[in-house]
Amino acid sequence: MSLIRPYGDTTGDGMVQLSFTLPIQHSKVAEGAAVQLANKMGMDPALVVHAKPMGEGFTFFVVYGRVNHLVDPSTVEVVERDYPLLTPKEANAAIKRSLRRRLVVVGGCIGTDAHTVGIDAILNIKGFAGEKGLEYYRELKVVNLGAQVSVPQLVEAAREEKADAVLVSQVVTQRDAHLLNTREMSAAFREAYPAAKRPLLVVGGPRFDETMADELGVDRVFSRGTTPGEVASFIVHRLTQPRPTSQEAS
Amino acid sequence: MAATGGTTSQLGIDRADVRRARTLAREVGKPIVDLAQRHTTVSVERATLRLAGLGGADPDGTPWVNRLADVVRADTGLEHGVSLPVWDALLRGEAEDLLTLAQKAAAGSVTFRLPEGRDATRARTAARRAVAAGVRTIDRQRTARERMIAKVGDAPSKPWIYLIVATGDIHEDIPQAQAAAREGADVIAVIRSTGQSLLDFVPEGATREGFAGTYATQENFRLMRAALDETSRELGRYVRLTNYASGLCMPEIATLAGLERLDMMLNDSMYGILFRDINPIRTFVDQRFSRQIHARAGIIINTGEDNYLTTADAIEAAHTVTTSQLLNEYFAKEAGLEDWQLGLGHAFEIDPDVPDSFRLELAHAMLARELFPDAPLKWMPPTRHMTGDIFKGYLLDGFFNLVGALTGQGILLVGMMTEAVVTPWISDRDLALQNVRYVMNAAGRLHEDFRPAPDGFIAGRAREVLGEAIGLLEEIKADRSVPGEPPLLSAIADGTFGLMKRPADKGKGLDGVAPKAPDYYNPATEILEGRA
Repeated sequence: MSLIRPYGDTTGDGMVQLSFTLPIQHSKVAEGAAVQLANKMGMDPALVVHAKPMGEGFTFFVVYGRVNHLVDPSTVEVVERDYPLLTPKEANAAIKRSLRRRLVVVGGCIGTDAHTVGIDAILNIKGFAGEKGLEYYRELKVVNLGAQVSVPQLVEAAREEKADAVLVSQVVTQRDAHLLNTREMSAAFREAYPAAKRPLLVVGGPRFDETMADELGVDRVFSRGTTPGEVASFIVHRLTQPRPTSQEAS
Repeated sequence: MAATGGTTSQLGIDRADVRRARTLAREVGKPIVDLAQRHTTVSVERATLRLAGLGGADPDGTPWVNRLADVVRADTGLEHGVSLPVWDALLRGEAEDLLTLAQKAAAGSVTFRLPEGRDATRARTAARRAVAAGVRTIDRQRTARERMIAKVGDAPSKPWIYLIVATGDIHEDIPQAQAAAREGADVIAVIRSTGQSLLDFVPEGATREGFAGTYATQENFRLMRAALDETSRELGRYVRLTNYASGLCMPEIATLAGLERLDMMLNDSMYGILFRDINPIRTFVDQRFSRQIHARAGIIINTGEDNYLTTADAIEAAHTVTTSQLLNEYFAKEAGLEDWQLGLGHAFEIDPDVPDSFRLELAHAMLARELFPDAPLKWMPPTRHMTGDIFKGYLLDGFFNLVGALTGQGILLVGMMTEAVVTPWISDRDLALQNVRYVMNAAGRLHEDFRPAPDGFIAGRAREVLGEAIGLLEEIKADRSVPGEPPLLSAIADGTFGLMKRPADKGKGLDGVAPKAPDYYNPATEILEGRA
């Protein structure tokens, strides 16, 4: 892949837009300060197209400018999808073929997190982004525990339901609550189950880094914009294939 | 009753249908009120102790009302209420005041009994006198609000602009709230810490740590109200303060709000059940008491119908919003709230990719306006379809504001284009307020010209939603799946609302509910209901 730079309206123009607030009364000096910041960020020339006082002692700026940085997509590290995307029909067929029973998914928001938007988008039949949620899949049995589930409750529900996969959503990220909660959760499952019997652990939320699965002790991390089909495909792929003994490299 | 706004309906709604909907809401709600009257909860009893002036917490942070109520419950049970045993103990000279009694009880040096005969009569009188003092404080705060509005002036126009602060630290919240008021907010809401609704006690003191919000405590309420009083005088308009009653401590938080002169409270009849898995009976008992307090305090309630649309589809579930509004209205009026105190909720949550989504939103909002012509209505901005594309989000918020302008909403929660991205920045708030001002300035009186075509899409959709709401209420009324239980409880257990199944014998806080014994006594209820 070749090197690229931002595109405004002409190849190679390097144009970007930026908005920010400085804690300074609006004045010519303030606008100059905004240009200075943009320059330091690598925008040159930088043009303040809008400056507006906001509250006492604050000014909001919109700045356009050219950056001379190049980016090299070939050196970008991401977690690529390492499983095939399945339609609900294909997913159902795969479960039937290899498990010969319904696959059980237990999900919820752990800790004090009360935001069920994420887990509901994946689990509720209504779904997300035009894709139906996991409840729509005939061969999936979905148990949605909802909000503010404690880790022991989650482990107990997973045992009771004989869960094949456990889905946890974390939206609140204050003081890294999402990371702490996830570690607590994965540790509890490791303690409660022998390694070979442990359900597949999947966490998701808008602020997760998809490369952190190992560090968090889970099988997969999903980030912003993940659709139910992706989650279902991942679960079906991993549970209908022989389980790898070590973590898959990404 | 001005059920359809006095004049003929803009939406071609048959008045008989509106009457039918209200009758059904009453028929469905009445058995729940009866149930609430037959039970008490730990939080109702603790709220009563708070009215009598018991505050503070032990060194571990457990409030004295909890310590005292727990000991009384262990000695005499919850079913008689705590008032008779507590004031009997005071009359017996176990302690000189409530706080000392609570401390002694916590130390195990007091045993409570249920007084009988003349002892019971004396205990009733003493309890009533103590609790009446708290109710008088609430009355004084209501008067103080009215006086202050008369003196400094009220919010200049409707809708009231409602802005949120949520830092977790009350001392950070205060300057942010004052800045938001200076920027144009008429109402400040301090978001609570995530999870407070599931605490079975009210934290104590000024708090500086919370998750995605600040704990609701009496001291935080007092500090913020004092700061906004100062700002109100500076700006020449009364800035209202909002907090959240819903959860396991609804009666207590409502009491503290009344004592500290909050102006609005989030208080939904079913939110705790559906979205927090709080036991249904606990919720209905607590809800009724808390609303009686709000009624007395002159507090405007905000109901939580927007929540239905964040979990269910905003088109398919539109009638559940109407149904819930009708139920919230019934429960609120039964508890003594008046029309002007009913900030019934609804929200702009239809998928913007759906054709005619704006016309559908307008139809739903106009329906709410017509059904509840004298209620302020709380209009909630898009959250579900705010994707991180802040530019699209800003446009969506503009259309949300336009519906607000066209339908005369009383309370407008200002939408942030950075919803789902960050907690609002200073610039987000400023841009959001510019959006509101532009729309109100450009189209604030458009409703004077705008009439939906009587046979058009909007009017038709509004009638359709009302019809579905009536259908749902009829279905609920006929629900006999648990014999002997109020049909609404069966319907909640079936998953009729928001697809969540909440049986009456499950959920958090159930162990804090008790059926009242024949000799149950609660002076607060007696005073609030104007009896004796």
